[in-house]
Amino acid sequence: MLLNKPHPLEVKVLTRRYEYPQKEAIGVDEYVAKEGYEALKKALDMTPEAIIDEVKKSSLRGRGGAGFPTGLKWSFVDRKSPKPKYIVVNADEGEPGTCKDRIILEHEGHRLIEGCLIAGRAIGSNRGWIYIRGEYRTQIEAMDRAIAEAYARGYLGDNVMGSGWAFHLSTHTGAGSYECGEESALLESLEGKRGNPRLKPPFPATSGAFQCPTIVNNVETYSAVPDIILKGGDWYAALGTPKNGGTRLVCLSGHLVTPGVYEVPLGIPLMTIINEIGGGVWKGRKLKAVIPGGSSSPVLRPEECDIPADYDSLAKAGSMLGSGATMVLDETTDMVKLMARIMKFYAHESCGWCIPCREGTAWLAKILARLDEGAGTKKDIDMVDELAQGMMGRTFCALGDAAAMPAMSFVKKFRGEFEAKIANAKVYMPAPQTQPLVVL
Amino acid sequence: MTFSPELEAKFAKMVQQYPQGRQKGALIPMLLFAQDEVGAVTPDVIAEVARRLSVKPVEVEEVIGYYTMLTKEPRGKHHIQICTNVSCMLTGGEELFAHACKKLGIGNKQKTADGQFSLEETECLGACSWAPAMLVNYDFHFAITPEKLDQLIDSLKKTQ
Amino acid sequence: MADPITLTINGRALQVPAGTLVIEAAKKHGIEIPAFCYYEGFTLQAACRMCLVEVEKMGKLQPACTLPAAEGMVVLTESPKVVDARKGMLEFLLTNHPLDCPVCDKGGECELQDMVFRYGAGESRFVEIKHHENEKQWSPAVYYDPARCILCYRCVRVCDEGLGVGALGLTHRGVHAEITPSHGDHLECDECGWCIDVCPVGALTSGTYRYKSRPWEMNYAGTVCTHCSNGCKTTLSVRNGEVIRANNRDRSGINGEFLCVKGRFGFDFVHSEERLQAPLLRKDGKLEPVSWSEALAAVAAKFGEVKARGGKFGVIGSTRTTNEENYFLQKFARQGLGTANIDHHRSGDVVTLLDALKGKTDALATVGDLYTTKAALVIGSDLSQQHPLLAVQLRADYRHHQSSTYVVTPGEVREDQYAAKSVRAKAGEELAAVEALREDLSKHESLVILFSDAIKGEAVGKLVAFGDSLGAAVKYVCLQDYSNSRGAMDMGLLPDLGPGYHAAPAAGMSMDQMLAAKDLDVLWVVGANPLENTALASESAFVVVQDLFLTETAGRADVVLPAASAYEKTGTVTNVCGEVQRLKQGPKVMGVKSDLEIMGLLAKELGLSLGIWTADKVFEEIRKTVHGYNVALPVIATGGAAQTTPVNGGVPVTVRPELIRSAGDTLFTSGTLGRYSKMLQGVMEAPGELYKR
Ligand SMILES: Cc1cc2nc3c(=O)[nH]c(=O)nc-3n(C[C@H](O)[C@H](O)[C@H](O)COP(=O)(O)O)c2cc1C
Ligand code: SF4
Ligand code: FES
Repeated sequence: MLLNKPHPLEVKVLTRRYEYPQKEAIGVDEYVAKEGYEALKKALDMTPEAIIDEVKKSSLRGRGGAGFPTGLKWSFVDRKSPKPKYIVVNADEGEPGTCKDRIILEHEGHRLIEGCLIAGRAIGSNRGWIYIRGEYRTQIEAMDRAIAEAYARGYLGDNVMGSGWAFHLSTHTGAGSYECGEESALLESLEGKRGNPRLKPPFPATSGAFQCPTIVNNVETYSAVPDIILKGGDWYAALGTPKNGGTRLVCLSGHLVTPGVYEVPLGIPLMTIINEIGGGVWKGRKLKAVIPGGSSSPVLRPEECDIPADYDSLAKAGSMLGSGATMVLDETTDMVKLMARIMKFYAHESCGWCIPCREGTAWLAKILARLDEGAGTKKDIDMVDELAQGMMGRTFCALGDAAAMPAMSFVKKFRGEFEAKIANAKVYMPAPQTQPLVVL
Repeated sequence: MTFSPELEAKFAKMVQQYPQGRQKGALIPMLLFAQDEVGAVTPDVIAEVARRLSVKPVEVEEVIGYYTMLTKEPRGKHHIQICTNVSCMLTGGEELFAHACKKLGIGNKQKTADGQFSLEETECLGACSWAPAMLVNYDFHFAITPEKLDQLIDSLKKTQ
Repeated sequence: MADPITLTINGRALQVPAGTLVIEAAKKHGIEIPAFCYYEGFTLQAACRMCLVEVEKMGKLQPACTLPAAEGMVVLTESPKVVDARKGMLEFLLTNHPLDCPVCDKGGECELQDMVFRYGAGESRFVEIKHHENEKQWSPAVYYDPARCILCYRCVRVCDEGLGVGALGLTHRGVHAEITPSHGDHLECDECGWCIDVCPVGALTSGTYRYKSRPWEMNYAGTVCTHCSNGCKTTLSVRNGEVIRANNRDRSGINGEFLCVKGRFGFDFVHSEERLQAPLLRKDGKLEPVSWSEALAAVAAKFGEVKARGGKFGVIGSTRTTNEENYFLQKFARQGLGTANIDHHRSGDVVTLLDALKGKTDALATVGDLYTTKAALVIGSDLSQQHPLLAVQLRADYRHHQSSTYVVTPGEVREDQYAAKSVRAKAGEELAAVEALREDLSKHESLVILFSDAIKGEAVGKLVAFGDSLGAAVKYVCLQDYSNSRGAMDMGLLPDLGPGYHAAPAAGMSMDQMLAAKDLDVLWVVGANPLENTALASESAFVVVQDLFLTETAGRADVVLPAASAYEKTGTVTNVCGEVQRLKQGPKVMGVKSDLEIMGLLAKELGLSLGIWTADKVFEEIRKTVHGYNVALPVIATGGAAQTTPVNGGVPVTVRPELIRSAGDTLFTSGTLGRYSKMLQGVMEAPGELYKR
């Protein structure tokens, strides 16, 4: 199971019950023996306001990518609405570089279930779904087993721990789509439709799953909640930095000695993560760049990496913490090729709903592929930037931005490499002429 | 058409997990599970699932085209998906995919003549820290090297 | 209406009701914000991003199509940022567009062309290979070219939201995204072609029109569809005298842009090779083509002879000919031939309805009322099949105003999808079912009751009494079959009632009685096919038929006079709701004459003085003499619809329910006429089955 050895610099909250090597999932007995469902018991005696207050105090921010304050999001739900309220777990885990939610699903489903129960209690919900990407069949089955155990022990069902409150939870499989990680597209998918995003507003808190008030959070976000309730929001907040509470899972990948998923406090220096926890750049090579928060986050040059790894610091550095997927690139990395591959991904995943993303990603993918083959021109390099800017902020959902941001940052920060490709090209490519519109 | 008793039981439970009148929610899971059993989303599957969930045929068409895991064409018995997205690419995913093409003698989204293997270059599988990664049907394989890939394919051939 | 707010667009302070979308607010004040996916009356998509505008204090450009105007909002629709974004969108749109405008049906009336012409850049930076998919045929009526498609989802929405058919969807994704038909590779639907109509580009093209013409090479005639009784306005596109397209893109008229399959594609009967183009006279037992003068002389001779000896005439009029023709026909019969035996195929009991309404004229609903009423009750009709426009109106009323529709029918109908209540009632049990809805129906302040021939005779009176007892404003629509079924009644093609439901000089035989009378001397049938399934009892009767085709009735005739269809003549028709609209001549068919002209010539031949027989003059006479028809001329002259206000003329009505029977046409049939439309025959797949989910 868990593939990487724990590191001494890790601060284990979410992963504190894990052992190395972990042979099988933490079952309900083991979970309960180690304080499991204690937080739920406590929450059942708390008012919804008190639960939300505690989460607000914890400065917990969404671990799915946008980093929105979780407590605040929960407080948007109108608990007095006559409609049913729903809990939705975003376990689509599609952002390239991200592989943390699967760890939770596979190892300690009960933590997620407990988090959902507490969230459900906080917004007055009786039902939740865990939307898990289709490729994660193993994880879906692991979650199904945990859910079955929870039902058998009365943690889920019509009478949660004898409280008279009903809460039902089930898994829901995706079937291959990155866009379904976008929360409104996810809700569409949950309703049996294509993963086209929805018009916002209304936001899910007002009209979410099946047009009822809904909160959508990432697996890790919900999973942080039991400890917050158990030990207090202040305790959790203190683990991190101001407005960036607690610990989070970081997915280290790329050219590292010890890649893996580790739990670190928010605000730990980025370079510490790379050099200490990740063991530094592999093969004794030098660091060329870091993609700090999944493929959508703008790339950072080494000199930009001396910052604390938290939401605000990364934003200040012009990038994002995103989903905590830190990809490390060594000096041999072909940045043009990498960018071409990233754009191919977005072109493949664009849902096709809006013009700028549908056409823009496909066009960019073609230009970048050409540049990578050495069949580009300097004008093409400018055009990557211009087209990306033409998409930025103009698409229907954030996927368009997610594609535009890395493109702009790659061209800006590694322009030299793009130019070198052209200079060293073995292919002759005449400078593209602007084309008259009507060509037959 | 009917499915295996296990799948029927699963479906029966599944449709209850969505609000009354919103059973369409079960559409995508049902199609995927039916495909796992039947081998593809055949016209029969479409008609049957549409009937059970009271959705129009076009609503089924819409999702089949959208979700990459759903297919109208049967795939190989062992469907191999190799990730070539960022983390995997950085650790040799592309070379691995090229190697698999050569080894199996097929290209992307193709199937071997005997129907045993099909191959697909795939987007991020969520296994980035253990890259390069691949899926054989629903089984993950991590930190794959060309040698490991050969061994795996050879052993799969033997299990035929 | 919500309180007005003030917003500023391009420096102009504008007042609009709170919540108005910025795109609408701008439009109201003459500021155009370009849009593809925004389509009035349908759900918002915000997909094309053409309408992005700059809004003060908002970082990103905002789509005007989904942004509600708010107090103090400051909007720029032509700022450099906006213009840049717009150009960018057009450039994006054209990247994979084939730019095959020279061979595209839409060329000249393409919104993409117009938009690029106005807002686009003259050149593109795109030098890559275009993504291409080949064109597909989805049905005889509908072709789809994914390469041209810009994915504005208009087609998907009109089909789903507008009609409740939902045969179109979106499949694949990214640049591969395209519209998919209901069954993967083909379409099973109403085949109404509304999708083709709303397509801003040449992605959806029509089986009848493709590659036939450029829009500027055609003449256009705005007229009224000749098929069902709903009276949709349609614009015929005519090239070299031939109709090659029918639509109503300018949204004028009671139907907006809606047309059903019959209206949009069922015009091809006009140019059927089976059209009669010369008069036929029976010689030696066989019908032989003869000249008009010979044919007319033969008819006049017979009519004169029979009239002189006081013989028995039977006159059967049409449910598709104009009011003028119907009026003239009854005048001819009553005054010219001195017979009271005149009737037509009745499909709804308007006579009893007017009797029951006792002179009330505000209790007859218009097509427009169906869009504003708070509630509607449909009795005994599969509305979507038989009265497509009325069905579309009710659905729009539900979509836009959350109205309540109640359905009482023998079987499942499409209205069940959104009906507040659907009740299944067998024939004869409808009124009991309606009574059971009393509590529901009396909740609403306005109600329109639409009833088919299931309610006739005494039942009509009972229904009106029920309506009166509800204490709400109740209006009625008495459903009938064809484009001038209502006009035939109004014009007095009835054995016991003259024009305007006033007493006829004498009571005559009904249609059934004429056909059964063994001693009938002359049967004169104008645009009807009563012998389709019935034999004529009088073997010696001299039969004169005016028609487009050699129908069963024409086959039995002694003289057949080739008539012009509604599309080839002028005049007026009255739809199911009593709204009068004007026909305009579109195509020309050689050798035929309008029924009015034929009758006029016959009158002349017989030496009768029945007045001038031009459509305008006869209509003038109708306006002056037929009760309820004193409608405003300008409305009609400009292509509008004017509702008539007929009342029962104080005549005791003989209830003869057995004479009222609908032909029961579906979406794909249109009586005899439909049999001669290849298109209708071709697209008919499985009517009735189509809407089942
Ligand atoms: C294109 C796109 C893909 C996304 N994919 C994921 C995902 O796979 N998992 C996830 O948790 N959030 C994803 N998000 C973020 C979600 O929209 C949403 O912000 C998140 O589920 C909220 O949960 P959180 O507040 O707990 O982070 C994605 C967003 C976008 C725009
Ligand atoms: S930006 Fe537009 S096309 Fe791209 S995924 Fe979002 S809605 Fe779809
Ligand atoms: S009209 Fe606003 S996005 Fe299309």
